[in-house]
Amino acid sequence: MSAVPTDIQGDEPDIVSIVDLRVTFATDAGAVRAVDGVSIAVRPREIVAIVGESGSGKSVTAKSILGLVPATATSSGSILLRSRDRSRTTDIVGAGSGTLRSLRGEDVAMVFQEPSTALNPVYTVGWQIAEGIRAHGSTSRAEAKKQAIDILRRVGIPDPETRVNYYPHQFSGGQKQRVVIAMALVLNPGLIVADEPTTALDVTVQAEILDLLRRLRDEFDTAIVLITHNMGVVADLADRVVVMYQGKVVEEADSRTLFASPQADYTKQLLAAVPHIGQGEARAAVRTQERLERASSTTPVVAARDLVIEYPGRLGRGGFRAVNGVSFEIKEGEVLGLVGESGSGKTTIGRAIAGLSKVTGGSLNVLGREMLGIKERSFRSARVDIGFVFQDPASSFNPLLTIAECVAEPLVVHGRATDARDARAQVDELLEAVQLPRAFGDRYPHELSGGQRQRASLARSIALRPKLLIADEPTSALDVSVQARVLELFTELQREFGFASLFISHDLAVVDMLADRIAVLYKGELVEEGTGAQVLGSPSHPYTQRLLASLPVPDPAEQETRREALHRLQAVDG
Amino acid sequence: MTDTTARPRPRRSLATRIPLFAQVRSSIGLQRGMLVAGLVITGVFVITAIFAPLLAPYGFAQLRADGTPFGAQEAPNAEHLLGTTVGGYDVLSRVIWGAQTAILTIVVSVILSIFAGIFLGLVSGYIGGWLDRVLVVVCDAIYAFPSLLLAIVMSIVISGGQSNLFGGILAASISITVVFIPQYFRVIRAETVRIKSEAYVESAKVIGTRAPRIVFRHVLRNATRSLPLLLTLNSSEALLTLAGLGFLGFGIEPSAAAEWGYDLNKSLSDVTSGIWWTSLFPGLAIVLAVLGITLLGESLNDLADPRLRGRRAALDTGAPAPDNGAAPHGSAASGQAVVADDRATTNDEERVS
Repeated sequence: MSAVPTDIQGDEPDIVSIVDLRVTFATDAGAVRAVDGVSIAVRPREIVAIVGESGSGKSVTAKSILGLVPATATSSGSILLRSRDRSRTTDIVGAGSGTLRSLRGEDVAMVFQEPSTALNPVYTVGWQIAEGIRAHGSTSRAEAKKQAIDILRRVGIPDPETRVNYYPHQFSGGQKQRVVIAMALVLNPGLIVADEPTTALDVTVQAEILDLLRRLRDEFDTAIVLITHNMGVVADLADRVVVMYQGKVVEEADSRTLFASPQADYTKQLLAAVPHIGQGEARAAVRTQERLERASSTTPVVAARDLVIEYPGRLGRGGFRAVNGVSFEIKEGEVLGLVGESGSGKTTIGRAIAGLSKVTGGSLNVLGREMLGIKERSFRSARVDIGFVFQDPASSFNPLLTIAECVAEPLVVHGRATDARDARAQVDELLEAVQLPRAFGDRYPHELSGGQRQRASLARSIALRPKLLIADEPTSALDVSVQARVLELFTELQREFGFASLFISHDLAVVDMLADRIAVLYKGELVEEGTGAQVLGSPSHPYTQRLLASLPVPDPAEQETRREALHRLQAVDG
Repeated sequence: MTDTTARPRPRRSLATRIPLFAQVRSSIGLQRGMLVAGLVITGVFVITAIFAPLLAPYGFAQLRADGTPFGAQEAPNAEHLLGTTVGGYDVLSRVIWGAQTAILTIVVSVILSIFAGIFLGLVSGYIGGWLDRVLVVVCDAIYAFPSLLLAIVMSIVISGGQSNLFGGILAASISITVVFIPQYFRVIRAETVRIKSEAYVESAKVIGTRAPRIVFRHVLRNATRSLPLLLTLNSSEALLTLAGLGFLGFGIEPSAAAEWGYDLNKSLSDVTSGIWWTSLFPGLAIVLAVLGITLLGESLNDLADPRLRGRRAALDTGAPAPDNGAAPHGSAASGQAVVADDRATTNDEERVS
């Protein structure tokens, strides 16, 4: 890599220029080069997005700008950071901890991925913001608090005079992220590094935070380095995009050029893998047609009538109603996509169907068994016909069993095989069905990548040829390119085995690709249900409309028009 | 499908599969020093216990050789390298034989407590409810007793206070067991409660696995990670309790077995009269044995945790990054550790390595 370093546009020098950065980690398996000769320059008032899949070195590169690399890492190259008034320039690589401490906050600040863990729960947010001010110079307590109130107002926290004394748990997720951004902004740094700032947030909240970040550049003249894997976010926000792969920069271009005509093969693959809304309609129509021809009976596999699920509250307080009067049906061989943001009750419904959560009201009929008040003993025989794919493939395998043993578990438990060795022939077939080589059966879960593990998880869930497969966000822990392949595989398996499925996701585009029908959950209630064309094409409920409008699309030009549409929608609501 | 190409699984070399050897190799600096010191001291302790009959010049209860009595409180000399006690026993022989008694107590007490503790912990943690509450309260109640007091009560119950070799060892072991079961119970219960909510236990539930199979196949094996540490710490505590019992006079008769605590007790009056050898060597034996086992336990604990494990700084040689599969010491466990470590270290970069 020998690109860019001293490219000076006009008379404004770069706020940060990374030249030939190499970061090596000492691990048990020897040295691992995480960043390999990366050169990136960020101009003032510019939003640069660094994209790439997990392990591409994007986070390490960005954190290096703040000198936030672990003690096991060795860095070389140079990171020249200029302060906002250009009075000083520091090389972060090799800077001492005292120098770094004075830089952090003043010249460069960081916004973290998970706002609920970035804030200390035992201090008020005002105290936490003031802590940053008081760490850089002698400001009086009252003055610091005044500044804290001011900055909270500017990031859009309503009634900041009162809320400055609130504790983090009194804010919602999106507001917490605003507070984190306020903490980063309070010393007016020239550069903010935002590490996946919206990944932990719901789509509708994400759109608001993206708006705020855009305002930072316009109102505070701050440059932003944005780390993300979401191409929609990139299209929405970034001026320039740096694509990283295996520690190297594979492509760098301004946002519009990159999306319009990607040069590197990797970028092309990455963009092609991003699911779009509207891709699924044609496929869904064909599938529904096929299924109608096949369908012999019309008895639903799952039927919910006014389903209520409550979690018991603490002593003296009422329970929490996670699902409130939801009715739906899943017919044989049909894929129902369940969409909603966090806390909408979508996972709870999935767990209730699998018998993991108790139904507290209404009626839920699964494979002819009424789940209200059912005992595990009488439900066990039905479990043969239910498969379940969990969200996080890393934790859904017993780490001490090999993949073959894990996949064989259902067969052994239900007496189809005496032990894992006896089931090996079947396991090999299953692994083949999910396109994993047989040899992978002898590996342990941690020796597989995320996508491979999720495929093994699919293999396990179809081992008993279930009539119903519940997939709870099976791809949300995966990279975009891997997600595309897993979704493809899911579709193939569904066609081959013909199981009915409840596919739970927060991503409308993913559900659109797979589902015959889509159901939208909002605060425990089913607000909309219909085919993909109905729900996504002409949503009737205002929440669905907002959800759809909030979803950033990987196309800067189109995203701009969508953004304006969303603003109009919000203006109507507010 | 680029990521599905089969790669031959790196076979672990014999050296890395022997327990402890891998740890010594992966450790550096002070941690390695602690581990090696602990290993050496514990090794000497165990070897001494096993070969006590060969190593000791006399028997533990021997008072005379060739018809001549040893004589009491003899200073170290050629006949008795560490002198003799007030009762006329050879100090060196009793220190060596004492190792055997100590090891036996450790083994018996750990065996007695570990199975009961693990079983109760698993059942209590997995089933929960009122059973869990009762067991936790009982364990808390046991914690409220000073362990030595319990041990004294047990030794009186079992053997009337004084006893032969097995009576004494059993008394000490059982009294220690009573105190240790809650410790194993606590650790295993906490792990079980954590693992119970892991996705792989839920995935076992949704395929219809029965509770006993879930508990023993999925929970138990994952819950035993912190046991080696607890085991070594408990071993040293067992040793101390045995010595304490002996010191208080509830130990083993000198004619039944050699026991360091008893010897210390008998040498109390010697200290003021300038006879140092009778108290120094049994005392040193206790200190060294406990130190060795504790060092071993502590360093194993540090090495098992990637956040506490020190590493050599990575040398940036300009060589291409090695592929994970072809890593130099590609042990099966290392891949996991790398991932866990990357996540962990970003949060505590202030840590001194």
